[in-house]
Amino acid sequence: MAGSQVTSDGARGTGSIGAAPGYRPSATLPFAAEFRRQASRRRTQLALGFMVLLPLIILIAFQFDSGNDDDNGRGEFGSLIEFATTGGLNFTLFTIFVSASFLLVVVVALFCGDTVASEASWGSLRYLLAIPVPRARLLAVKLLVALAYSALALLLLAGTALLIGTLRYGWEPLRSTVAAQLEPGEGLLRLLAVLGYLAVVLLVVAGLAFLLSVTTDAALGAVGGAVLLWILSSILDQITALGALRAFLPTHYSTAWLGLLSTPVQTDDVVRGSISAISYATLFWGLAFWRFTRKDVVS
Amino acid sequence: MRSPLSAARIRRALPTRRRRVVAASTAVVLLAAAVTWAVWPREAAVRTEAAMLTVRSGPAGDQPVDLDTTLYLPEDASATRKVPAVLLAHGFGGTKDSVRADAEEFAGRGYAVLTWTARGFGRSGGQIHLDHPDYEVRDAERLLDWLAARPEIRTDGAGDPRVGVVGGSYGGGLALLLAARDRRVDAIVPMITWNDLSRAFLPESTGREPVDGVFKKGWAGLFFGGGGSVGTGPAGLSGTAAAQPEGAPASAGPPAPGPGAGPGTGPGGAPAGAADPSCGRFAADVCAAYLRIATTGRADQAAVDLLRRSSPAGVLDRITAPTLLVQGEADTLFPLSEADANARGIAAAGTPVRVAWFTGGHDGGEGPKTDTDRVRYLTIQWLDHYVRGEGDAPGDDFTWSRIAGFDALDRGLVATGYRTADYPGTAGDARREITVAGPAQPIANPPAGNPAAISSVPFAGELSSLLGGVAGDVPGQHARFESAPLDEAVDVVGAPTVSVRVASPTGEAVLFVKLYDVEPGAAATLPNGLVAPIRLTGLPSRIEEARPVTVTLPAIVRRIEAGHRLRVVVATSDQAYATPVEPTVYTVAPGDGPVTLPTVTGEPIPTTATIWRWVLAGLLAAIAVGLVVVVAVVRRRHRRQDSSVHPGYADTPLAVRQLRKEYADGFVAVSNVDFEVHPGQVVGLLGPNGAGKTTTLRVLMGLTQPTAGEIYVFGHRLVPGSPVLSRIGALVEGPGFLPHLSGLANLKAYWRATGRPVADAHFDEALEIAGLGASVHRKIKTYSHGMKQRLAIAQAMLGLPELLVLDEPTDGLDPPQIAEMRRVLQRYATDGRAVLVSSHLLAEVEQTCTHAVVVNKGRIVAAGPVEEIVGESPSVLFEVTDPDAARTVLDRLEGVRVLPDGEGQLVVDTNGTARSEVVAELVRAGIGVDRVVPRRRLEDAFLALVGENSRGSGDR
Repeated sequence: MAGSQVTSDGARGTGSIGAAPGYRPSATLPFAAEFRRQASRRRTQLALGFMVLLPLIILIAFQFDSGNDDDNGRGEFGSLIEFATTGGLNFTLFTIFVSASFLLVVVVALFCGDTVASEASWGSLRYLLAIPVPRARLLAVKLLVALAYSALALLLLAGTALLIGTLRYGWEPLRSTVAAQLEPGEGLLRLLAVLGYLAVVLLVVAGLAFLLSVTTDAALGAVGGAVLLWILSSILDQITALGALRAFLPTHYSTAWLGLLSTPVQTDDVVRGSISAISYATLFWGLAFWRFTRKDVVS
Repeated sequence: MRSPLSAARIRRALPTRRRRVVAASTAVVLLAAAVTWAVWPREAAVRTEAAMLTVRSGPAGDQPVDLDTTLYLPEDASATRKVPAVLLAHGFGGTKDSVRADAEEFAGRGYAVLTWTARGFGRSGGQIHLDHPDYEVRDAERLLDWLAARPEIRTDGAGDPRVGVVGGSYGGGLALLLAARDRRVDAIVPMITWNDLSRAFLPESTGREPVDGVFKKGWAGLFFGGGGSVGTGPAGLSGTAAAQPEGAPASAGPPAPGPGAGPGTGPGGAPAGAADPSCGRFAADVCAAYLRIATTGRADQAAVDLLRRSSPAGVLDRITAPTLLVQGEADTLFPLSEADANARGIAAAGTPVRVAWFTGGHDGGEGPKTDTDRVRYLTIQWLDHYVRGEGDAPGDDFTWSRIAGFDALDRGLVATGYRTADYPGTAGDARREITVAGPAQPIANPPAGNPAAISSVPFAGELSSLLGGVAGDVPGQHARFESAPLDEAVDVVGAPTVSVRVASPTGEAVLFVKLYDVEPGAAATLPNGLVAPIRLTGLPSRIEEARPVTVTLPAIVRRIEAGHRLRVVVATSDQAYATPVEPTVYTVAPGDGPVTLPTVTGEPIPTTATIWRWVLAGLLAAIAVGLVVVVAVVRRRHRRQDSSVHPGYADTPLAVRQLRKEYADGFVAVSNVDFEVHPGQVVGLLGPNGAGKTTTLRVLMGLTQPTAGEIYVFGHRLVPGSPVLSRIGALVEGPGFLPHLSGLANLKAYWRATGRPVADAHFDEALEIAGLGASVHRKIKTYSHGMKQRLAIAQAMLGLPELLVLDEPTDGLDPPQIAEMRRVLQRYATDGRAVLVSSHLLAEVEQTCTHAVVVNKGRIVAAGPVEEIVGESPSVLFEVTDPDAARTVLDRLEGVRVLPDGEGQLVVDTNGTARSEVVAELVRAGIGVDRVVPRRRLEDAFLALVGENSRGSGDR
């Protein structure tokens, strides 16, 4: 952060901050370096691989359609299932629909919850700090990389689904019974908007998992803790007796993206959901930075 | 971020444990408070008085009837604090309890609310006369008398309470009829109610009289049969029609009727007179009229007159109370045209009228929350101004709403509200004309109306009405005429008209005209399930001779998107209506005119959504600003940070000054450590386990904050993250590698993280030191402990740092490797570099280091060059064959002194005398010398320390 002050002077190369030659705090742990560190991990490869595999599995599963159309009984959004095989866009929408509530939460929690805690458990965290990578920078880079992988997972899932769905079912308009059918171009835009909102909602998971990640040395604890709290929030959200309090639950607006499918687009809950998600994420990340820049790393 | 000063002060002020307890308790208390606040029952200060009142009504006002009433009073209402009143009437089949929630709402707003169970329902006595002016309406008049006599109620004069009448459906009809009959009523809010009951049940959409109407048998049956507590609604504030008691979902099926609500249930607990199983609690004349109509499907004039008697249509000009008419768009029972007729009739007399449409109704229920909020607001505003006398005049602008889609969260509907200054009626303020075309089509009237098309199912729920999911036409029984795809979207607000030509061999036809919104590639939607029944007479038998008739369809609010088509369907049957029994084949062709779609120009009613958008923008801006401020503050603090070089230590690789570290739990790991490492030195930090070595190194690496004291590296003050750390290579607390990478990849990843040039790393030297050979390409998780240790030392040496700090470097190494490591370290500490090694092994320090610092229990017990502190002491240990003789010999020697020591061993202070000489003396005296061992001071000291307490002090 104080990199601008660093000047190299002389053979020993120690600047006014007394650093080793070539060392600049702002150059430590480059984004690409951290990205590669994470990319080499099996869990990253497996998670991203599964994002590609899942649409394929769903596609194969649809091939077993026996034609016995029983009522899916999911209210007006059950149509997402009925229409899943009507086109690539609908197939993608279906894939997102079935992944949004749990799979993506786990994946985001994995990327964001594991990133610091696993370094702590390997003992490599203290060597990064001894380089020294400034703590705020370490967190910022780790967070950005984790978010980049989360976004990549989301895009891989949607992209694969769109690709194989279109190859199998064609480039058809986006259909649902909640709204008029949307031309493919418009449908694609809506799909992107849905992905964008999902990404925003998942920031809560990212924030929570990241906060837990800097708090514990157990990667499993951070990931599992974030998922558990997410589930807890979802359960509480089912309890209508809580009344207005439910609106403060981080999961309350998690399905508001469905409103983006109707015509005209229902953005009220999307806006409220974004406010909620961004507030929570900011709070959690703020706490994470506050805690990590002050704590004793004793692992 | 706050200033570290204040944070530190707080931290010091509160012991950690207590701080945590305080923080946790605060969080718990806040959470508990929030939960309590949220779930605390909002008991408005309302008291209730239930009473069975006996009122006298009937044509002569002398027939007593018991009415089950509840009066809701605001807590502070009294004879000195009089409050205005609201008469709150329930819907058909309901009781006073159906409107309890609304009553509490009004009472909470400072109104006395009188609810009662209408005669013929619930525990009230009497029979159902369908809001007959002499019965139900007169009952209500008596209730006004009763209200006027209550001391808490504000009055306008003797016997004239200040009162508004609110009700939905059956209760709404009562409100209109009461206002027309009794001038004491100050304002009314009739919701989803009728104008002409005969037209509601016997509609005819070409403008014919109810005697020629088509009987709406579905709804009529529901009402009469008590199959559901139809129209129980309150509507009161909740604006709904509410055919359901509070809380019942719209599609949950008909709720149980109140006791004795329908025919066949007998008189129940009320004196209902003779129990006619076919009439139940209906009055005989009403019952007879129903039976006549239902039997024939046609109404005679007497039946129409009976229904008209219960209709506001003829008495609207007598209404002087300002009227807020709320009507539902999803209402196949009392469509929008009923409210339209009421509005025109009342306005014609000069009485203030305001009209609001919402997306619910008898089919649609309460409608979305935005609608209930709007209706609630309008109602309160109306009552506050015209009854309580507060607030500005509400004005007469027209508000309506359109279903905009589904709410993704609670799976309900979402409506967008609109407003326009003048009420345009059902004809709109503009029209769009769209031509539909199609050939003449023969359609069959099924015998006895079976099978029949389905347009709406009363109480099937709001979804069916929106989705048109239940709509279905029977093949062969309907004709279709379609338009071309629309060029642009049309916002229909009002009643479309359609022109058709019909031929019938009998000269008569009963038909149902519907307008579908046809989405390309998807199902056609019948807006709200609304159909226009027509009864045509005098028809020619050939279609060519047929004259066009104009059909006015029920008013709708719907946006028909561009690209959609209009489809006019003319069907012969409909399950909701009574149709001719005889099978016939009609021929239907389009008329001469286009379909006209009325539109209304209105502006959207702003909702809280706009505010939320601003909140979101504000939040994002605040976060951005906050981030900038935090970064600026951090940079500023960095800039201010003391970057000066301590002149005394400028060339000293490491100087530790009075270091103290106290952990959060109060454990003092390091109490006072003070030492220096100079260039060329290999310094050993020696101490038993738990002496504080590791803690010292942690602080040195910037992993933990010292409680007190300073560390200088080349004169730079060292704090966590100090750039000067980059000149230190470290192995602290064992190796830390990424298990999934190879040794080499780990080193490279580590070096990449430093951001320094690759050339500075000196990988080859480091790898040579590690000595792992081909194993550097294997994954770390396959390494032994010693291999990891060697790799970790290599990692510490990457970039050849000027100070190398190694914590227990020989841990896990075998003896040859340890020997090699010694040489490496000694070589390393040349060229101005220095090494700090921590160890609990005396021998290691002794053999490797040039200097040693001995710590125990967090304190330094000895420090200096190894030769100095490890060096030979003047004392020597002798093992001899005859200790006693040896003692005698030694005592004779000049300066030599035998120290008091134990058991067969002699510890001798030679005091300058050569050991060889001492040995020679002993041998000369004939004493065998087994061993001569020089004693060391450091060993003495260290062993004494370790022996004293090397266990249980914990890992420091």
